[in-house]
Amino acid sequence: MASSRELATPGGGSGFWPIFRSLRSALTSRALPVVAVLLGILAIWYLGAVWLNAPFAYDVAARSDTELSFAELLSQTMSQQRPVLPAPHQVAAEMWKTVVEIAPTSKRSLLYHSGVTLSSTLLGFVLGTTLGVVLAIGIVHSRVLDRSLMPWIITSQTIPILAIAPMIIVIFASQGITGLLPKAFISMYLSFFPVAVGMVKGLRSPDAMHLDLMRTYNSSRLQTLLKLRLPAAMPFLFASMKVGVAISLVGAIIGELPTGAVAGLGARLLAGSYYGQTVQIWSALMTAALLAAVLVILIDIASRAVTSRMGVR
Amino acid sequence: MSTDAVLWTGLIVWALAFAANLGLSRIDAKGGAKRSIDLLIPILFGIGLLALWEGLTRGLGVPTVILPPPSMIWDQITSSVPTLWADFKQTYLKAVIAGYLMGCGAGFVVAILVDRSPFLRAGLLPVGNLVSALPIIGIAPIMVMWFGFDWPSKAAVVVVMTFFPMLVNTLAGLTAAGRMERDLMATYAASYWQTLFSLRLPAAMPFIFNALKINSTLALIGAIVAEFFGTPIVGMGFRISTEVGRMNVDMVWAEIFVAAIAGSLSYGLLALAERAVTFWHPSNRSARA
Repeated sequence: MASSRELATPGGGSGFWPIFRSLRSALTSRALPVVAVLLGILAIWYLGAVWLNAPFAYDVAARSDTELSFAELLSQTMSQQRPVLPAPHQVAAEMWKTVVEIAPTSKRSLLYHSGVTLSSTLLGFVLGTTLGVVLAIGIVHSRVLDRSLMPWIITSQTIPILAIAPMIIVIFASQGITGLLPKAFISMYLSFFPVAVGMVKGLRSPDAMHLDLMRTYNSSRLQTLLKLRLPAAMPFLFASMKVGVAISLVGAIIGELPTGAVAGLGARLLAGSYYGQTVQIWSALMTAALLAAVLVILIDIASRAVTSRMGVR
Repeated sequence: MSTDAVLWTGLIVWALAFAANLGLSRIDAKGGAKRSIDLLIPILFGIGLLALWEGLTRGLGVPTVILPPPSMIWDQITSSVPTLWADFKQTYLKAVIAGYLMGCGAGFVVAILVDRSPFLRAGLLPVGNLVSALPIIGIAPIMVMWFGFDWPSKAAVVVVMTFFPMLVNTLAGLTAAGRMERDLMATYAASYWQTLFSLRLPAAMPFIFNALKINSTLALIGAIVAEFFGTPIVGMGFRISTEVGRMNVDMVWAEIFVAAIAGSLSYGLLALAERAVTFWHPSNRSARA
């Protein structure tokens, strides 16, 4: 009772408990459910691994005329060379082996492949974001550009670019352009659209009142853009960038499929599917997922930093 | 016609269409006239685009491997209707529609179930948001191993791709009904299911249709890309990857045409359905007035 009264008085207490308490409430209200859901997914994954790999284990046992106890069945479903569904720890072990134990310069290192994919993702993403922002600024300021560019931007997205990624790569290759650029082009094509559409919305988001205020200050269009429109568009920009970076990564991975499976996470997926190396496919997939998560989280952190600097809570 | 004439005709038609559009967009029309102008602008834009494309590719002698002119693509479409139809049936009518219905349905049902537990909702929303951003398309090789080369493996990819956007959007939509409206339902002594069906689901419809629209494009792309990892000798993705290998780019463009038409039509149908279902929403009310 004494401690709770101590907390109730402002400025009272040691200063440690309130922090601990807010931390604990943040943990229980936010982190705990997420952790529980993740653990649930992990449990389902293990059950699925046992269930899907059991037929093969029974098959092996039947051929060697042995009976499987339940414990043996469990351990065998978790340690097959080419399981139907690898258990999470098998994937983790493969990732540990290919990320940490093998030198990043080796072609068997996942770090090397991630680097290849990441470089074209980021190049395409930066180009796409820049293009999207520039287009949006043009569209917001010019009625002619608005009428003439917007239909082109929308038309451009009716072409399922991911579906024709192989053609893009082959066409670029026929012109002697290979490597980073064709993949970055696909990423750019995919990521400029959400940024352009989001930024048009964002640059138009300031109130008429605020725009009028800028006019009474006799500010130029550039000043209005820099001091009012761009700051107002920041939340829209970051939301679109999250979509854009995720889709850039997908574009880069799909772009690696037809390159003859040389390098990159997409090539790793394709090679794994050719040779039935399920553990390799899953580890490439998990790496891609981690990469996407890290990119999205980085943008989220940047977004929080920028918006808190701007005074948004 | 000489190549120069083709080039200039294309450029002039495009410029005329463009100028007409700029003029049309300045007219402040009301009612029926406004509707016909709204229809005319995209048609003129399309005609201008095709003329420009035809004029540039033929006039400048662009190699057909890089970009074939639309007339050549149209010839290819009309001469290979049976192949295109077979591919469309395999990829769209079987894989996409089956996967789309199962994925969206499962996402919706799971969202309704999860919504009863605030703990699960708090856990699933961030996880689902993150999973929606992941390159899920990468599971295609695994699904091909599990479900074989035919369409069920493609449908499975579509199911996984469409599940999470639907789950996240429905969960978000179910919280859209306001406190006041819920209190009103409570004063009516409405049961959980009555509140769900007459208040919360209708309020969630804009979110659900948002997911349905996102998923309609995701589903088509997922099914086509999944075919790159192994397929019987029919299907849009199969056709695209083999014809690229044979440098038959006009056939690839024919498939792209079919894909674009199918994608736009399903998107348009969803938009119409959304208008009919969410007629009460401010964005639709103002469009009618």
